[in-house]
Amino acid sequence: MDFGDILGIIQSVTELGLISSLTVLALFLSYSMLNVCDLSTDGCFTLGAAVGAVVALSGHPYLSIPAAMAAGVLSGFVTAFLQTRMGINSLLSGIIVNTGLYSVNIAVMGGASILNLNKTETVFTKVKALLENTFLDGWQKVIVALVAVILILIFMVIFLKTRLGLAIRATGDNTEMVRYSSINPVFTTTVGLCVANAFTALSGCLLAQSQKFSDINMGQGIVTVALASLLIGGSIFSRASVKVRAIGAVAGAIIFRLVYAIALRFQMPSYMLKLVSAVIVIFAIFIPYIKKQYPMLAKRIFRRKEA
Amino acid sequence: MLELINVSKTFNANTENEKKALTDINLKVDNGDFITIIGSNGAGKSTLFNAISGAFPVDTGKITLDNDDITFLPDFKRAKFIGRLFQDVKTGTAPSMTVEENLMLASGGGHWLSIGGRTEKAALRERVAALGLGLEDRMKTPVGLLSGGQRQAISLLMATLNPPKLLLLDEHTAALDPAAAEKILEVTERTVKEYNLTCLMITHNMSSALSLGNRTIMMTDGRIIFDTKGEERSSLTVDDLLLKFKANSGKALDNDRILLS
Repeated sequence: MDFGDILGIIQSVTELGLISSLTVLALFLSYSMLNVCDLSTDGCFTLGAAVGAVVALSGHPYLSIPAAMAAGVLSGFVTAFLQTRMGINSLLSGIIVNTGLYSVNIAVMGGASILNLNKTETVFTKVKALLENTFLDGWQKVIVALVAVILILIFMVIFLKTRLGLAIRATGDNTEMVRYSSINPVFTTTVGLCVANAFTALSGCLLAQSQKFSDINMGQGIVTVALASLLIGGSIFSRASVKVRAIGAVAGAIIFRLVYAIALRFQMPSYMLKLVSAVIVIFAIFIPYIKKQYPMLAKRIFRRKEA
Repeated sequence: MLELINVSKTFNANTENEKKALTDINLKVDNGDFITIIGSNGAGKSTLFNAISGAFPVDTGKITLDNDDITFLPDFKRAKFIGRLFQDVKTGTAPSMTVEENLMLASGGGHWLSIGGRTEKAALRERVAALGLGLEDRMKTPVGLLSGGQRQAISLLMATLNPPKLLLLDEHTAALDPAAAEKILEVTERTVKEYNLTCLMITHNMSSALSLGNRTIMMTDGRIIFDTKGEERSSLTVDDLLLKFKANSGKALDNDRILLS
């Protein structure tokens, strides 16, 4: 492995890590802050990719980003509406929206399951042209992703400090207390899910444009992959402030991609990605659980031996 | 101020488990009243508070606050002018958020997107210092790490940060150890006096039922059976109170947490 190889790996790890970290930040908001496991993430990711691709194909590469995010807000609103206003269990609302989005996404792509962006002007080709003949020539993917992540991160940190942000955090922590503070948790849940899904859709939009195609299945399992990244980040910065934990979520996404790239180097087949994510999520949740359960378990075994 | 007119509530109506939780409650609370409420288990004391704060719609009757009909106003809207504290110290605060963040949320000032500045934080710190528990040095501590008494003190401060029209205290010291309970009671009394709050307090402590406030009501089986204030009340002893209860309800006061001293 020569220097060029390593540089290539670093480039693709940072690029993919940064783009997927936007979905991780979305889950940071919905899962860690709002305490809602939003299973519409997969469909919403593809929705962002589809909407972004269609708008870019129609000749508006920059507009593709706000368009994808707006689609994400809409999707988040529907998920929130189902669970807060129609009495549908929060996990089920996510699954229902996810299923519905499959049809919506194909419809958005004009009935096709794949859209090719090979010759289309995207945010990346625009920035590539800007960077030509500078020392950053060829780094457009990392630059675009980095700018997006930094902007979203700054937004997130400030947002979570506002009264609305505090109310969203409190909704995940103690819904009753939010009601007693004269805030409607329906409102905070809705805003939280709308914002989170805007990030997820942005993530999908950027991935589609960076890999130059949008595919109906590209979001499949992304919620587990992102959750794995989130929990890796969380295990590093567990007792830190919200700001540090948000940065940790991004770090988790990059670490996850790095470990995955290394595993690929050691001949792990690429189709193992999702199984590995699944196992990481299981253990990241199971380990704190067993730590809590362990004292009881130990006592029980010990007493049986005595008797 | 607060007025309940013929308020009734039946749970599980028309089933085997039908329970008349409140029956024709008529209660007129005057501005500045501090009413203590005593009664046996299941007498409907907490149900009365739930009706006032809007946890469920009442079956019949009308509830008004400052002449505004609030009978069918959702609970989170009533929370703007009704503060409430519970026996469970975990109810009033968000455990993973810091003392400061909890208070900022409760202070409710400003726009949705406003961020608490230095002046607001300093003002909150002063209010915490005024509790006299030394919590002003723990503004950045997650509330979940505080003791029950400290948590309840923060809950009390949150409920009264913007002085509510009405403060409902639902045995808010019952889960605390005696020293913490005494401290919280002292802070409560001070706060109520300072902001001239109108307050209803459910208590299982017979002597504080008489020593605190200006009026005492007794409940049993979803009814108010005794209501005393003024000179009559100030001459009452705990024993008198128990006798009154027996005379009015036909049975002895039966409350498994009761404190007579």
